Amino acid sequence: MRKSDPQFNQLNKLHHFLSIDGLDKTTLTHILDTAEGFTSVNDKSIKNVPLLRGKTVANLFFENSTRTRTAFELAAKRLSADILNIDLVSSSTKKGESLLDTLRVLEALQSDMFVVRHSDSGAADFIARHVSPAINVINGGDGQHAHPTQAMLDMFTIRRHKGSFDNLCVVIIGDIKHSRVARSGIAALVTLGVPDVRVVGPQTLMPADVESLGVTVYQDINKALAGADVVMGLRLQNERMTSATIPSTGEFFQAYGLTPERLRLAKPDAIVMHPGPTNRGVEIAASVADGEQSVILQQVTFGIAVRMAVMSIIMGHGEEVRLLEMNNV
Amino acid sequence: MTTFSSNEVDNWLAHMQHELSAIASTDGAFLMIGIRTGGVDVGRHLHEALELEEPLGELNISFYRDDFSTIGLHPVVGPSQVPVSVEGRHIVLVDDVLSTGRTVRAAMNEIFDYGRPASITLAVLVQRRGHELPIRADIIGHTLDVPDDEHVSLDANTMTVSVGQKNQ
Repeated sequence: MRKSDPQFNQLNKLHHFLSIDGLDKTTLTHILDTAEGFTSVNDKSIKNVPLLRGKTVANLFFENSTRTRTAFELAAKRLSADILNIDLVSSSTKKGESLLDTLRVLEALQSDMFVVRHSDSGAADFIARHVSPAINVINGGDGQHAHPTQAMLDMFTIRRHKGSFDNLCVVIIGDIKHSRVARSGIAALVTLGVPDVRVVGPQTLMPADVESLGVTVYQDINKALAGADVVMGLRLQNERMTSATIPSTGEFFQAYGLTPERLRLAKPDAIVMHPGPTNRGVEIAASVADGEQSVILQQVTFGIAVRMAVMSIIMGHGEEVRLLEMNNV
Repeated sequence: MTTFSSNEVDNWLAHMQHELSAIASTDGAFLMIGIRTGGVDVGRHLHEALELEEPLGELNISFYRDDFSTIGLHPVVGPSQVPVSVEGRHIVLVDDVLSTGRTVRAAMNEIFDYGRPASITLAVLVQRRGHELPIRADIIGHTLDVPDDEHVSLDANTMTVSVGQKNQ
């Protein structure tokens, strides 16, 4: 049934982590439960666990991102893996043959896992389909497609604060169209059973097919925020906008900025999330980003445990893959 | 399948409690840490019976196991919780069944990541054969001589121990 999904190996085990699409509730819950176990590593004087000792993780960043790269790097180090940071932004790599060439070189460096960040949608998927079967691939964000580890750390943060996903109302505000965070987040929320997922933003920043993802579209932010348990802001992605889609950042803030007044429309115990980096005064007021309801910095901290969980789950089937290859020969 | 009743298991626990009291009178207060999940169940009984003041520590050794590269991640049963510093302390490490010694090795590795204890004493409810490492228990509730293909398990709800074929 999952034969066509490149995320699963022939034994139906999660081998790559590319997208929330295709993953069921059990798999997502398993990741969250495993991450819960990793949160205690910070209590120890030696914060590493020896799980991936002797393994090599290569961060392949075709697109700049200090924050995500650092989070993956720290997660790999906490698992005792060796980490290679390979800056590919400046290289002339493009999809197709040259990307494959790059891939072969990186394979020759004897890495066990690739974390791929790319400005083209589908890049991580492409690499996963062409990489040697012993290598695991994690999507660290590809174009406007997916950012599944961000979605999982968001889900972890929500579960920590709200206990479960049943009966929640989650509002996602802003640039839904260009946001892989929104796309993966919506998929995870729906899969985990959140009954009321709302998106709100200007028509120009709303993907045409968004309702088919299982969300309700709002034009009026005040209506969208009414009764919300979780409010998720998104960064306005200027670098992904090819034409003028909003009049100005100031007007965007007027219409869709998350202000203290608007936040009061949500439930009193609502949490405020944002994947960062935040544009203060554009999508979120500084007093909200730094306010009592903000869990933005917790998201960063939980991101380590969640990435440790994903890495150790997908790397835990190495021997099975080798046995499989032996049997196939 | 053989089952040992809760009365029998209580006797084993009472024996362990007696020996642990003797340790406490020589070395002073010790810090008790159970290995999840069975070791925590045994630890809770001993902790209560000995009226220890400091909370029972709990170790989840999933991330320290030596078989990750062959069989992957074991089910994670909640985070480790060691609420009191282990630095310079006498530790009593509790597990339900000691067989190969690999779990205890993993647990000791994890304890040393929390700090450097003065000593570690190993207390197990059941010791069976199958040692693969030079690790022996100091305090043993009961020794069972069972074949390698049989499984020894503690039912924490009834506090009974059963011995039977694996995969049952």
